Amino acid sequence: MNTHVVAKSLKHDSAPKHVCGSARYIDDLPEPEGCLHGGLTMAPIAHGRIKSIDLSAALALPGVVDAITVADVPGDPDIAPVFPGDPVLADGLVQFHGQPVAAIVARDLHVARAAARLVKVEYEELPPLLDIREAMEREQWVGDPHVMTHGDAASAIAAAPHRLQGEIELGGQDHFYLEGQISMAQPMEDGDVFVWCSTQHPSEVQKLVARVLARPIHAVTVECRRMGGGFGGKETQAAQFAALAAIFALRTGKPVKFRLDRDEDMIATGKRHDFYIRYDVGFDAQGRIQGYDILLAGRGGCSADLTNAVVDRAMFHADSSYYLPNVKITGLRCRTNTVSNTAFRGFGGPQGMAPTEYVIDEIARYLKHDPLDVRLANLYGIDERNITPYGQVLDDNILHELLADLEKTSEYRSRRQEIDAFNAQSPYLKKGLALTPVKFGISFTTAFLNQAGALVLIYEDGSVQLNHGGTEMGQGLYMKVAQVVAEVLGLAPEDIRITATRTDKVPNTSATAASSGADLNGKAAENAALTLRDRLAGVAAHMLHAPVESLVFANGQVSAGDKSVAFKDVVHHAYLQRVQLSATGFYATPGIHYDRKTASGKPFYYFAYGAAVTEALIDTFTGEYRFTRADLLHDCGTSLNPAIDRGQVEGAYIQGLGWLTMEELWWDAKGRLRTHAPSTYKIPTARDMPPDFRVALVHGRPNPAATIFRSKAVGEPPFMLGISAWLALKDAVAAVGAHEMPVRLDAPATPERVLMAVEDVKRRMAASTALAAK
Amino acid sequence: MGNMRAEPIRFLSRGEIVEVDAAVAPTTTLLDYLRVTLRRTGSKEGCAEGDCGACTMVVAQPDAKGGVQYSAVNGCIQLVGQMDGKALITVEDIGSETALHPVQQAMVDCHGSQCGFCTPGFVMSLFAHQRNGEPADTDALCDSLAGNLCRCTGYRPILQAGQQALASGEDAGAVADWEADLLVKLKGLDRKAPLKHANAAGAFYAPRDYAELWAALAETDPADRWLLAGGTDVGLWITKQHRKPAAIIHLGQLTALHGVRSTADGLSIGAMTSFTDALPALAALHPDLGLLLRRLGSRQVRNAGTLGGNIANGSPIGDSMPALIAWGATLTLLSARGERSMPLEDFFIAYRKTALAPDEIVARVDVPIAAPNSRFAVYKLSKRFDQDISAVLGAFNVSVKDGRVAEARLAFGGMAGIPQRAAKAEAALVGQDWDGVEPAVAALAEDFSPLDDMRASAAYRLLAAQNLLRKFAAEAKAGKPIRLFDGAGEAAE
Repeated sequence: MNTHVVAKSLKHDSAPKHVCGSARYIDDLPEPEGCLHGGLTMAPIAHGRIKSIDLSAALALPGVVDAITVADVPGDPDIAPVFPGDPVLADGLVQFHGQPVAAIVARDLHVARAAARLVKVEYEELPPLLDIREAMEREQWVGDPHVMTHGDAASAIAAAPHRLQGEIELGGQDHFYLEGQISMAQPMEDGDVFVWCSTQHPSEVQKLVARVLARPIHAVTVECRRMGGGFGGKETQAAQFAALAAIFALRTGKPVKFRLDRDEDMIATGKRHDFYIRYDVGFDAQGRIQGYDILLAGRGGCSADLTNAVVDRAMFHADSSYYLPNVKITGLRCRTNTVSNTAFRGFGGPQGMAPTEYVIDEIARYLKHDPLDVRLANLYGIDERNITPYGQVLDDNILHELLADLEKTSEYRSRRQEIDAFNAQSPYLKKGLALTPVKFGISFTTAFLNQAGALVLIYEDGSVQLNHGGTEMGQGLYMKVAQVVAEVLGLAPEDIRITATRTDKVPNTSATAASSGADLNGKAAENAALTLRDRLAGVAAHMLHAPVESLVFANGQVSAGDKSVAFKDVVHHAYLQRVQLSATGFYATPGIHYDRKTASGKPFYYFAYGAAVTEALIDTFTGEYRFTRADLLHDCGTSLNPAIDRGQVEGAYIQGLGWLTMEELWWDAKGRLRTHAPSTYKIPTARDMPPDFRVALVHGRPNPAATIFRSKAVGEPPFMLGISAWLALKDAVAAVGAHEMPVRLDAPATPERVLMAVEDVKRRMAASTALAAK
Repeated sequence: MGNMRAEPIRFLSRGEIVEVDAAVAPTTTLLDYLRVTLRRTGSKEGCAEGDCGACTMVVAQPDAKGGVQYSAVNGCIQLVGQMDGKALITVEDIGSETALHPVQQAMVDCHGSQCGFCTPGFVMSLFAHQRNGEPADTDALCDSLAGNLCRCTGYRPILQAGQQALASGEDAGAVADWEADLLVKLKGLDRKAPLKHANAAGAFYAPRDYAELWAALAETDPADRWLLAGGTDVGLWITKQHRKPAAIIHLGQLTALHGVRSTADGLSIGAMTSFTDALPALAALHPDLGLLLRRLGSRQVRNAGTLGGNIANGSPIGDSMPALIAWGATLTLLSARGERSMPLEDFFIAYRKTALAPDEIVARVDVPIAAPNSRFAVYKLSKRFDQDISAVLGAFNVSVKDGRVAEARLAFGGMAGIPQRAAKAEAALVGQDWDGVEPAVAALAEDFSPLDDMRASAAYRLLAAQNLLRKFAAEAKAGKPIRLFDGAGEAAE
């Protein structure tokens, strides 16, 4: 397709503002006069009954204006997004350490935070349930277990020539968006409220604020111009602080801002689900899986939040990129007295894929094959071996050529030999290499969420304003959608004024999540822009004395052959002729469905693909490591903006690498998170990026599905490229045992876990040598 | 001071003098002063503990050679009083959307921002890097950026932007003019009387000489005052623990406590010497000391943090102490009563308990030149290579005679409540050759009973400490370091 604006590497619309500090985040907005600031009283225990709450000492502190408990919430205090159970302030029962039990507003932020510490709460402590496996034993769930089967796993495993069983633990992950949770609420006429909220889901924040205020949704307006990062952490988690700000705004008649301190943010808001996984796999001499039984137990924490959908997505991705002729996938949603886990880039997909990639690696160790050969042997076929465990036919598979390309460009085979040679002469430092594929299903698995709206306004001078339901968290969505509208109207992107996402412009929007932002909102905006172009074409046809079909909108002109007229002149004519210059647009993804009863259907509109090779170097004295090279190849269909998409691919890879290696959420025996700030929770820094970092997008493969300009979603899929970093470490540990011993390496693979895995391999070697001697 | 109107805290910003209002609390951070009081919101708060770098801003002051030294700092844990007499440069000051600074232009060109929240901090770290004339290689850029976290980009475009900015450069003439003007204006900030910023919330002192220090100590309550060095830990007592002392005595303006001097026996390092300023001299003593200091905190932390502050803090996990204890450093404490010196290890008594008397300050550290025939190494273990606190730090200084260990100083951090030598392991090592370290390795289990915490388990700490000794021996036998990184970032083996 010949495009002028779309598929070009244009800069992020806010880039000049970002670099000058002039891009405004909510805490940068001028505060309305008299603005009050919020503080939170957080529970010091993980589980217990609240016997009493005494706010008097807090209220007595000079500067404090108001304080509330759950009893003061005018409407329904439950701000749960789907299933009930998320009170805006603890409702009689503390369910996790750090749960907000009371809230304060004061004229000064520091006073509010100090006052929050003066609230006296009496608790009756109850024993906390902190461990996933204990929750499994006691059958404590936040949602019912779900099973997906295809074929007969048990018989196939029993009949297979080889069998392996094992377990894996995958840690959670804090979003660590650089801008913490923040909302500011302004009371309006008629008891209405206007809320500035850093959120991926303005419509849900609007709905939940209305719910706690016992007001109709139309009484609440939510605006978000940009977030300082989201990653899923501002999908459901933003509502609590918006709700508190709104409650206080109406109680005091003053504007109220709630901004969490980093420690409060990390303790009180949900994270990526940690998982416990058990597997049983039967395979043949080539490593081809005959039967696979995998149990995926995710930690929901103290409430459901989005856990059901997260564990479902883990189940949908337990096939990774491999055909499983006989498979049983069990998904458990464990209830514990820890913060309720939530959406995080990949949304369970990584927790489904990583274990299966690990199992493939174990099969390779067992058979003494190169893991890549076992991966290729199991890869989904094109015309056969192409049915997923949930019955969807994989009809857009490009993995064979993608992996072949990457195997070649990364020099995988020759580097494997070089690494073997290095390891043979290096007693203490060992290298590892891993190539892992990605196949990620695109669509919300809850079908009704796959809808979006847009509003495009053209003013009489020809300038255009664009609004849609998608939110900007740095991923470049606003720019991509502006490119779409500019392309349709034949304008430059700077002719399109991008505006903040507001619930009074486009109603009932879905979260900007599931990588769907550009797919859904791009289509909705295109729909609106096409409506307007059709109207303008009628006017231009008159002006140019040419048939509508012959018109071309490009470069700010409307042309027919060698005649042309400026877009703004057409607009001005249209205005004078009383042609409507605003249009809404709408989009609903076609053809997707899933029947949870039979665990089958077509939940995904299409799949996005990719693969990565990572090389690691470990120190077997200490378990320390570094990643020396990474090669990524990722599929964005026809990328709407290759520069932005490359940024997504690189950032996602490093974030995935961080999840599986250095980022450790560490709870103590009392259920207190002790890694709750960047001093103790370590996300990758610049030096953690592989110094040799080669990144490419797949070229010449437009999306076969009729997506916006045949592009593909990109937010989440490349996150799972990071799995190759984890398995490169596993490969380096395996080198200690000449690649002949199984390697147990849970995630995050901190230096401690790597060292303990090295020691385990050494013990197995010694035992095997002793056995041989006998 | 009586009823005389005190000279306010003053600093330069955008070529003009900012006078801090007398009512501003002495615990006010520089970031809060900018964002809340002045409503300059370009610099962001990401963590309020100096670990994310979103608030990075640059302090400019005269250097020793008559030029200007640019220091990136974390505004979130600097107190506004620490700015007195200096110039401050923030992201809003170096360019505008229509006239971008080369660093800003490069960040735009290279797609170096996504969500943009960390971006002002990266811009200012790169700005300082450029103004200080640091090299453009990735390793040098990573040194400057280790204290700036980005969650979106994966860093590749930011490093590329750094290289582009350094290649394009600034107009040297314009910078020289700007600096000359700045130095003149900074002169104008010289104060007549010592700084005392006092109001109902407390008092902030910044003595310039010992007489002013003894006076400030005399008029404040030892039980309710803090001695402030760089603020990289004390800042958190304010932002995280919400503490408010009656008085803060900032030692950073006390010129006699600054600087590294060569002595007949080695180096004498003033307690208020920043890690950045101490680094070259220590790196010249031994490359491992340089490597260790490059991993201590981040550039922002090293620019503010001081050797004396790190020691006086008494933390069991401060990085510099085990290394200096193994090296054989001597600590000197000073009070109005006089000074006293001791081996550095004797300063640490128990967890967070030191030999420092209430009226004393840490004055200097004397570091001898290396003994002949000695072998020295420092190993820092942490989850992340850069800007992390050690799980275990091992520093070994062993002198060898005729192929056998004659004397051993094995010091560890993270293994006990204080930085501590391993007495039993040291004894077991003496008389052994490099194939005889196992008795010393075993003795470490008697020397230490480390704890489980969020940084590492006790089991890892002990095993890793033991393996560090094995590694030390393996390196000695190999005659070369066995490291994941060497100075140039390449595997050494």
